[in-house]
Amino acid sequence: MARRTTLPRKLGVTVVAWGIGFLVFFPILWTVLTSFKTEGEAIASPPSFLAFEWTLENYREVQVRSDYGKHVFNSIVIAGGSTLLGLIIAVPAAWAMAFQPAKRTKDLLMWMLSTKMMPPVGVLVPLYLIFRDLGLLDTRLGLTIILTLIDLPIIVWMLYTYFKEIPGEILEAARMDGADLWNEIVHVLTPMAVPGIASTLLLNVILAWNEAFWTLNLTAAKAAPLTAFIASYSSPEGLFYAKLSAASTMAIAPILILGWFSQKQLVRGLTFGAVK
Amino acid sequence: MSTQHSRAAARLLVAPSVVLLFLWMIVPLAMTVWFSFLRFNLLMPGTREWIGLLNYRFFLTDPAFFAAVANTLAIVLGVLAITIVGGILLALLLDQPFFGQGAVRLLMIAPFFVMPTVSALVWKNMFMNPVNGLFAWLQKSVGMAPHDWLAATPLLAVIVIVAWQWLPFSTLILLTALQSLDEEQREAAELDGAGALARFRYIVLPHLSRAITVVILIQTIFLLSVFAEILVTTNGGPGTDSTNLAYLVYAQALLQFDVGGASAGGIVAVVLANIVAFFLMRMIGRTLEG
Repeated sequence: MARRTTLPRKLGVTVVAWGIGFLVFFPILWTVLTSFKTEGEAIASPPSFLAFEWTLENYREVQVRSDYGKHVFNSIVIAGGSTLLGLIIAVPAAWAMAFQPAKRTKDLLMWMLSTKMMPPVGVLVPLYLIFRDLGLLDTRLGLTIILTLIDLPIIVWMLYTYFKEIPGEILEAARMDGADLWNEIVHVLTPMAVPGIASTLLLNVILAWNEAFWTLNLTAAKAAPLTAFIASYSSPEGLFYAKLSAASTMAIAPILILGWFSQKQLVRGLTFGAVK
Repeated sequence: MSTQHSRAAARLLVAPSVVLLFLWMIVPLAMTVWFSFLRFNLLMPGTREWIGLLNYRFFLTDPAFFAAVANTLAIVLGVLAITIVGGILLALLLDQPFFGQGAVRLLMIAPFFVMPTVSALVWKNMFMNPVNGLFAWLQKSVGMAPHDWLAATPLLAVIVIVAWQWLPFSTLILLTALQSLDEEQREAAELDGAGALARFRYIVLPHLSRAITVVILIQTIFLLSVFAEILVTTNGGPGTDSTNLAYLVYAQALLQFDVGGASAGGIVAVVLANIVAFFLMRMIGRTLEG
């Protein structure tokens, strides 16, 4: 039901809301604008907002100087790989818990979630040593494994809450018709579950893309994804605002667009179904 | 109707997730506990002797530990205060009818998708830098001396950056909860002569309480472990002014190579996080019932 409002009030709220939205978004906008400036203009005082010489030079420089494409590739492999691997492990589990719940299913779900509460520093030291001894430090494989494990509880949970909403009667009808478990999964449930799986995939790609504890601690030059590559701009000799902005813009743009598409699922996914 | 056969199949489907998570949770944690009782430094290969609780004694009596606990709490409480109060106000605003609601929502949610290292460096250099930053320019243009955020108020700088990242999260969740509020209830109260403040206090706030609790608990889990934002801005300094527990353990392990001491610190962090997790699990457990 639409709430009653008057036009002047609506106009007033519009101005305030757009103003605050602009302020919250401004750091991102400023980064994008700066990425098109020369280094000189990037630190000019007073700063120029739109009236500057627009250039694409920074985007070219970032690629030439630091092999930017390699880090993009690392991010895609690590975020995509860990999400897919997580889904492969989690889909059967979530399925079984939603449709064949046992007495212990709820406890099991809660326990899985509790693994997510462990602060990463609690296991940093042994994992670092294990990775060193196995030669997994600074490898895409190593990070993919770690991110799969830290994402797994969220993936199971999200899938579980989606699968729970698939009506059980459909399953019973399929079973009456003699479908075995395999047929039930492939022909009956999968088509109904695709939207839930898709939004789980989307949210987890976003989380894995932005993960910045393990990626910073377990990679160096070779397997560094964008989070770790951008961090190299924190050194004083890396103080190039325009190039930092160009690298940042490219690093956040794809995920920002994905995020905007998945904002509805975000609330549900991140609150483990507690707020819908 | 679940048969013996399908139940066994279900167990088989769940097993990989459970086994992997069990290994992930138990093996490294057990190793951390074990290391925390050893004199074990990567710079002194070969020395791994049992020293009991000595690592804990050193870690817990280190002045840096108290600074780190205080800073960890300041970050958690500071960010929570900003994001909860700001989130409620923004959610109330966005819940009003206005032109371009969808577009403003997209603008507001955007910071949440920015990777921590990017937001930290953008704020540090382009906003908080005392020479070239926008804040410095604003202050100079009104005749004030520029504030050196990272040197003078490093902890506040970290809090501002992290709060900017989390404000969209709380706003979005509180807005979602607000939109499920029964409109007729609000209108009935209005007809009964309840003012805006009374309606907020007695109808809106109780309705939001569950969402607020969820936001507090989930954010606390993440805020206890803030790391990247500190690493790329202040490196925990100056001194230990912006060192939190996560950063302190990292510094002890990977900068000083003190495996034993870092492990003891890690266990302390785990214990603190568990206290918070206990309440969060109870909250979420209740949603499973409903």
